[in-house]
Amino acid sequence: MASLAARIDNIAGYSCAVVERAMGIGRRVTVVRLDDLTVAFRRHPALHHISGQFRQGSLTAVTGPNGAGKSTLFKTILSLLPRNSGSVSVAADRKRIAYLPQQSEIERSFPILVRDCILLGYWQQTGPFGTISSALIKRAESALNAVGLQGFSRRLIGSLSAGQFQRVLFARILLQDADLILLDEPFNAIDSKTTIELLRIVIALHQEGRTVIAVLHDHAQVRSHFPQTLLLARNVIAWGETAMVMTDDHLRQAKAMAEAWDENAPLCETMITTA
Amino acid sequence: MIGDIYQFALAPFHEFAFLRRALVATIALATSAAPLGVLLTLRRMSLFGDALSHAVLPGVAVGFLLFGLSLTAMTIGGFLAGIVVVMIAGLISRYTELKEDASLAAIYLLALALGVILISRRGTQLDLLHILFGSVLGVDIGGLLLVAGVATFSMLVLAAMYRSLLLESFDPSYLAASGSRGLLLQQTFLMLVVLNLVAGFQTLGTLMAVGLMMLPAVSARLWHDTLPAQLLGSTLQAACAGYVGLLLSYHIDTPSGPTIIVCAGVLYLGSLLFAPRGWLPRLLQRQSHLQG
Repeated sequence: MASLAARIDNIAGYSCAVVERAMGIGRRVTVVRLDDLTVAFRRHPALHHISGQFRQGSLTAVTGPNGAGKSTLFKTILSLLPRNSGSVSVAADRKRIAYLPQQSEIERSFPILVRDCILLGYWQQTGPFGTISSALIKRAESALNAVGLQGFSRRLIGSLSAGQFQRVLFARILLQDADLILLDEPFNAIDSKTTIELLRIVIALHQEGRTVIAVLHDHAQVRSHFPQTLLLARNVIAWGETAMVMTDDHLRQAKAMAEAWDENAPLCETMITTA
Repeated sequence: MIGDIYQFALAPFHEFAFLRRALVATIALATSAAPLGVLLTLRRMSLFGDALSHAVLPGVAVGFLLFGLSLTAMTIGGFLAGIVVVMIAGLISRYTELKEDASLAAIYLLALALGVILISRRGTQLDLLHILFGSVLGVDIGGLLLVAGVATFSMLVLAAMYRSLLLESFDPSYLAASGSRGLLLQQTFLMLVVLNLVAGFQTLGTLMAVGLMMLPAVSARLWHDTLPAQLLGSTLQAACAGYVGLLLSYHIDTPSGPTIIVCAGVLYLGSLLFAPRGWLPRLLQRQSHLQG
């Protein structure tokens, strides 16, 4: 799978970017830096004074209970949500960030062909008017093969199963050729066979030197495939090597944190001073 | 025989210039309004057209109050009112927790109430009927140019924003993540909708203009699977409804706007029954299924 993804890269001559990324890994450059970040909804923090960094070329799982602020973190990195305090700095070109939102945010009944949906992966290159060359279309075909959807290009996305549609979205990510890849619950409601195949793609993307951050709920999956983990429960419970993070003690803390919801919580003093 | 068909189907347009102008205006409108309707349904905004058509009313009323039954004044007034409502609703959705449809629902009702009050201050019931339901007799060369201009402009703008608009309707978070602003797209798109509703209000009336936009659009979705086919199909249906509607309104002496819409409605009912995504094919296919 790794060689396939690399081949897709080579077809369009992106090997340059791969070399650049590899140099970045050598220097352990920070791609995303969070500095005392707080994001609140109706004044209740979803992320509370978060600090830390994602290194270039790292493969990080973000895990934690529902409402822990995992999706909020992604949306804040993409500056889709306003921050209450703190800062996020992203050392990647906006055009080279790929984001896979939760499936529910996409209009599945839209009358669009699988091929056209995948070609939207070139949006950051082409914009609203740019043409798509035959070389790019060829690369799209091989991306479709790489996710195991040969012969699906003329199908409507409405006719696909949830797993097949997730494969389509992964093909689109392959075309985006991004340096930073954010996957929000990529394997939610996906069967084990598809999950294994898509996980292979995630690992291949990582081996090409891309920074990959994925929100996941399956602890076994996190332990076996993701070297780095961020355990989130509005606060950072632990962040670092997966084995050090995913301890019973930390997981218990995360669970307790998420269950403690106080409608009449007092004002956070640090928030007042920093704001 | 051929003579009879000519007498029934073509002669009225041959004889009367006002009918010819109305026909050209309706077909021009069909080419721009119906595709807009398809895009509205895709964005789950089917009722936005309806709301906006009401929102146009106070502007039309102000134009009418200041300049009497001047088509230009009422058109410009209606357009401005529609734009203001779209912009206010957009701002509300951006700066508060209300979604765009909720704020539009609030603003258009307010606008409608103001419009009715303004019209009742001056003018007769007959004027109100003309504004609400249109009159083919009213289409002069100036009106025709307006409709043709709006149709041309809409098609050009729609072509220019086609890819962005599709992406924004299909996967808004993807577009937002690439750093593009969806709000401007949505506002431009709604501006086109307002423009087409205003252009339609001469032949069809403010309220009926929505019919030519939405009915063919909904039927087209029953016939075709891909978007280009749906856009084309909706235009064809709208043009057919326009032609047959005008012809019938001439022969049986009914108001043109509602007659055109009833024709579009008949096409819609037919589509519900016979189109590939309609009821009958489903009923027939239920008995048999493929092996894999």
